[in-house]
Amino acid sequence: MATDQTTSRPITRRRRGGALWPHAVAGLCLAALLYPVLWMVLTSLKPTSEIIAGTSLLPESWTLDNFVQGWDGAGVESFGTFFLNSTIIATAAVVGNVVSCTLAAYAFSRLSFPGRAALFAVVIGILFLPKEVLLIPQYTIFHTLGWTDSFLPLIVPQFLALDAFFVFLSVQFLRGLPRELDEAAVLDGCGPWRRLWHVTLPLIRPAIATTAIFTFIWTWNDYMPQLIYLNSPENYTLSVGLRMFLDATSGSDLGPMSAMSLVSLLPLFVLFVLFQRRLVKGITMTGLK
Amino acid sequence: MGRRPGHDFTRSRSGYVFLTPWFVGVAGLVLVPLAFSLYLSFTDYNLLGSPEWVGLDNYRQLFGDDDRYLHSMRLTLGYVVVAVPLQLAAALAAALLLSPSRRGQGVYRALFYLPSLLGASVAVSITWRALFDYGGGVNSFLATFGIEERSWVNNPSTVLWVIVALEIWRFGAPMVIFIAGLQQIPAEVYEAAALDGAGPVTTFTRITIPMLSPIIFFNLVLGVISAFQTFTPAQLVGDGRGGPADSTLFYAVNLYQQAFEYQRMGYASAIAWVMLAVLAVVAGLLFWTSRRWVHYGD
Repeated sequence: MATDQTTSRPITRRRRGGALWPHAVAGLCLAALLYPVLWMVLTSLKPTSEIIAGTSLLPESWTLDNFVQGWDGAGVESFGTFFLNSTIIATAAVVGNVVSCTLAAYAFSRLSFPGRAALFAVVIGILFLPKEVLLIPQYTIFHTLGWTDSFLPLIVPQFLALDAFFVFLSVQFLRGLPRELDEAAVLDGCGPWRRLWHVTLPLIRPAIATTAIFTFIWTWNDYMPQLIYLNSPENYTLSVGLRMFLDATSGSDLGPMSAMSLVSLLPLFVLFVLFQRRLVKGITMTGLK
Repeated sequence: MGRRPGHDFTRSRSGYVFLTPWFVGVAGLVLVPLAFSLYLSFTDYNLLGSPEWVGLDNYRQLFGDDDRYLHSMRLTLGYVVVAVPLQLAAALAAALLLSPSRRGQGVYRALFYLPSLLGASVAVSITWRALFDYGGGVNSFLATFGIEERSWVNNPSTVLWVIVALEIWRFGAPMVIFIAGLQQIPAEVYEAAALDGAGPVTTFTRITIPMLSPIIFFNLVLGVISAFQTFTPAQLVGDGRGGPADSTLFYAVNLYQQAFEYQRMGYASAIAWVMLAVLAVVAGLLFWTSRRWVHYGD
């Protein structure tokens, strides 16, 4: 019996003996859930002739041609460019969110200043504000600044702690930590910056890790802002670049499309394998008080 | 906050220094844009000239003279009403299956969560389209049962269900939250119910659901807000322009088209503000009904 869980209920205990059916159900569900991903992987490894003939799920002859052909894209820019652009934007977003959201969360949870509660209410308000309402005026602003068709509109906001979700997450996390260390540091004459650096930062590493991982994944998957702001192919990210395959979804394109979809998801698979525990914990952290 | 008197040591204005980036962002990229967009919604504006005041014309046109807009509103509301409960039901069912401690549960939980991680990407949306199109994996699977091949995405009456399926497929995130909630229900409550002779159905409806209701509510509000804003799958599983026959003309797709394809920034701003109003009303309604069915402990 696994003992890593704190609760075990009579309902489950009763079934302990022949508990095979949960594995059967979970296994069936998994097969259905992962079928689309499996199909993508197998299609990317099939020669075009087999895809068009549509004979079997498994390739009869395995090939990497689709990856070679897809990587070159439509000849304008290769997927290498898109991959690099997505990496730059997602990495910059991670740095921006970690720095700015941590600073804001520290102020909201460890410092006391006039208007704190009201300002935190603004954070919550932004959390629920649909981004579409800000899309047009923000576009107008960035257009006036001459920032369209560059990465700036996608990166600069991340340095301004506007991802309220992560501010909220870090504040929640900090609230769960004892303040005694902080208070001791004050008595020792530490100012707010030194307290942040020496006391708070070492304690909130889990929250920072969660912010970093989720920021990377969400920016990587982000679509509408990249679609709006990036116009020339050399600035395309994977999200925008992948659309090229949508214009012609004939059988001959299916292989390269699957191959490049798979390539674009690769960093997510890697993060999933490395950090699945942290990901699941991060989701839980936000969902529960 | 129950601080010891005379020890209000951290009270200072240095908090503002730490919040400087946030202040700049909130002012420059939230509050000013909000006001600007409200103003734009009363104008004609195409980015080139200066906005031209038209009063309530945009709103009048939306509700009186734009069938495509009203269609997008109905379609999106219908989608929210169908897709969100189905996704939450799947998430709850999976959570019930995966919350008891058992060998291998950690692996199952992680793998069930995986689609949630991938599902928002463009890659999955375009793959989903291919999956349900001619020659796609769904047709080849159904063919084994003798069901004739068809394009589920080029058919206006089925494409919406393909997008609903994608939304359900991403049930992992609410599932993880449900699991955490289920594990917080004390075992004694179940033991007491079992002693009273409650069967599994009674236990589920009388104990599990009420004890879980704050988390159901949380997932419901988040689900409704994000489903109303559905864009990536709406644009990519359909034909990219809201078709076929406007069957994937989601609210956000229509907004995107008006703003960035037709450059009707004023009109699109009005669309955005109605969205804000609708979401506020829906959230308000949910909170209002929650008093009847959400039970907070102690």
